[in-house]
Amino acid sequence: MITGKQKALSEVARMATPYKRVLVLGCGTCTTICFAGGQKEAAEMASSLRLLGQNEKRRQVFSEHTVRRQCEWEYLDEIAPLLKETDAIVSLSCGVGAQALAERFPEISILPGLDTCFMGLPQEPGVWIERCLACGDCIIDTTAGICPITRCAKGLLNGPCGGSVDGQCEISADIPCAWQLIHDRLASQGLLSRLDELPPVRDWSTSHSGGPRRIVRQDLKVKKAP
Amino acid sequence: MRAMKAGTNLEKVLRSGAFAVTAEIGPPKGAVAAVVKRKADLLKGSCDAYNVTDNQTAIVRMSSLAGCVMLKEAGLDPVMQIVVRDRNRIAIQSDILGAVALGIGNFLCLSGDHQRFGNHPQAKGVFDIESIQLIQTFKNLRDEGRFISGDEISGEMPLFIGAAANPFADPVDFRVARLAKKVRAGADFIQTQAVYDVERFATWMKGVRQLGLHKEVYILAGLIPPKSIGMARYMRDYVPGIHVPDEIIERLENADDVKEEGQKITLELIEALEEIEGLSGIHIMAVGWEEAVPHIVAKAGLLPRPVV
Ligand code: SF4
Ligand code: SF4
Repeated sequence: MITGKQKALSEVARMATPYKRVLVLGCGTCTTICFAGGQKEAAEMASSLRLLGQNEKRRQVFSEHTVRRQCEWEYLDEIAPLLKETDAIVSLSCGVGAQALAERFPEISILPGLDTCFMGLPQEPGVWIERCLACGDCIIDTTAGICPITRCAKGLLNGPCGGSVDGQCEISADIPCAWQLIHDRLASQGLLSRLDELPPVRDWSTSHSGGPRRIVRQDLKVKKAP
Repeated sequence: MRAMKAGTNLEKVLRSGAFAVTAEIGPPKGAVAAVVKRKADLLKGSCDAYNVTDNQTAIVRMSSLAGCVMLKEAGLDPVMQIVVRDRNRIAIQSDILGAVALGIGNFLCLSGDHQRFGNHPQAKGVFDIESIQLIQTFKNLRDEGRFISGDEISGEMPLFIGAAANPFADPVDFRVARLAKKVRAGADFIQTQAVYDVERFATWMKGVRQLGLHKEVYILAGLIPPKSIGMARYMRDYVPGIHVPDEIIERLENADDVKEEGQKITLELIEALEEIEGLSGIHIMAVGWEEAVPHIVAKAGLLPRPVV
């Protein structure tokens, strides 16, 4: 899933200051699961903003709503009627959802209510960890199902560096060394000799380095009438 | 005897079979050329080649290339360190071309300390290619006359390719295998992480000999002369991959003159290392204490340096 972290309330309030009628819009999918921007968080943020606005004697109206997913056009239609009464939307989805709103409703100002963090999963209650950088050329068949591009701090491809100690990455005691994990899993699978290979230099053009990306599926494109 | 690759002083000394000595020179956090020149004068004649670090510990310093050129002008044989942290394949290959044009022949390929350790932790890490691929890149430039892209290079590329190795990191059983990868990738010489635990180092070297790697690559053991108790403790506690036994710390704690004791420890380490079969020399990294190097080399009986 895509993870996110709510921005500080003061920061959201600052962004919202110029607008009279503000809709706090939750997202029912990824940011709900990571407790950053679901229905509950949208309601809480709206009421906190309301309180703060009152204290600071701003004449603002805050309302809240949550859609199934802000990143799909079909779920955005339902908010169209609410927008007659709205000057700005605080989006509690990831950056994809927030941008979809901006595209669908160009007359409304879109304010990011959270910082989109990474693609990952929960490790334990309250802790999420990154797992994939969407490099566009997945290689984890060679690395025992563990992504070194994402999980090794230096994106190494040839095994643990000289800073790997006691299973920890040199950059932090909280981060396991991805290559120690790969090493151990390959060892348990009897595939340790895989580490002897010298993988070729990566082609990063499939990643964001190649510019903003697109997927085109001819088989799914709507054919124009002849 | 191995074929001559770049004909640098370092390569010639190693080929002659003499026990080589290299040292590290840290460039300044500023643009004063006199700082580099002073260090060059101080160390001249005490080593066979001198590594210029590349923004070590991710702290911005004068560029390695500039430092190397200044050493060269002062008559020293430089080793240009290159990390993959700050430059992509375009910048790195371009720097190598420039360095060769300026007469630099020795290079050391490194990943580089992560930017989070340095004075610009907000920087974007590059890591376009990684350190073993950097070794391959050098070899390709030299032996195939080709860039990573496959395009041809005009002119010769005499390169003596170095790499680092850490016998003390985990997983221990992979440490010799990783060296073997670096050799296969094209490393001509190796400078290791600082050795304090000779026994562990000797065990690693045994594994190295078992694979015959010492015949394919020159190995120089790293040494960091401990300058103070605080520095030794810091290395023990906070520098991942350096193993400082408590005994070393205790010796420094009990010494009347810590610097004197630090040099003594280093001399004892050198003596023990010289006994290890297959070791080609030492690499002294006297961080911020370069003036100790000539004394240590002299007292170790390693002067004068061979003229080859
Ligand atoms: S290799 Fe690429 S696609 Fe596969 S998990 Fe890693 S970043 Fe994601
Ligand atoms: S310690 Fe492990 S995860 Fe961290 S940079 Fe080194 S190899 Fe990568």
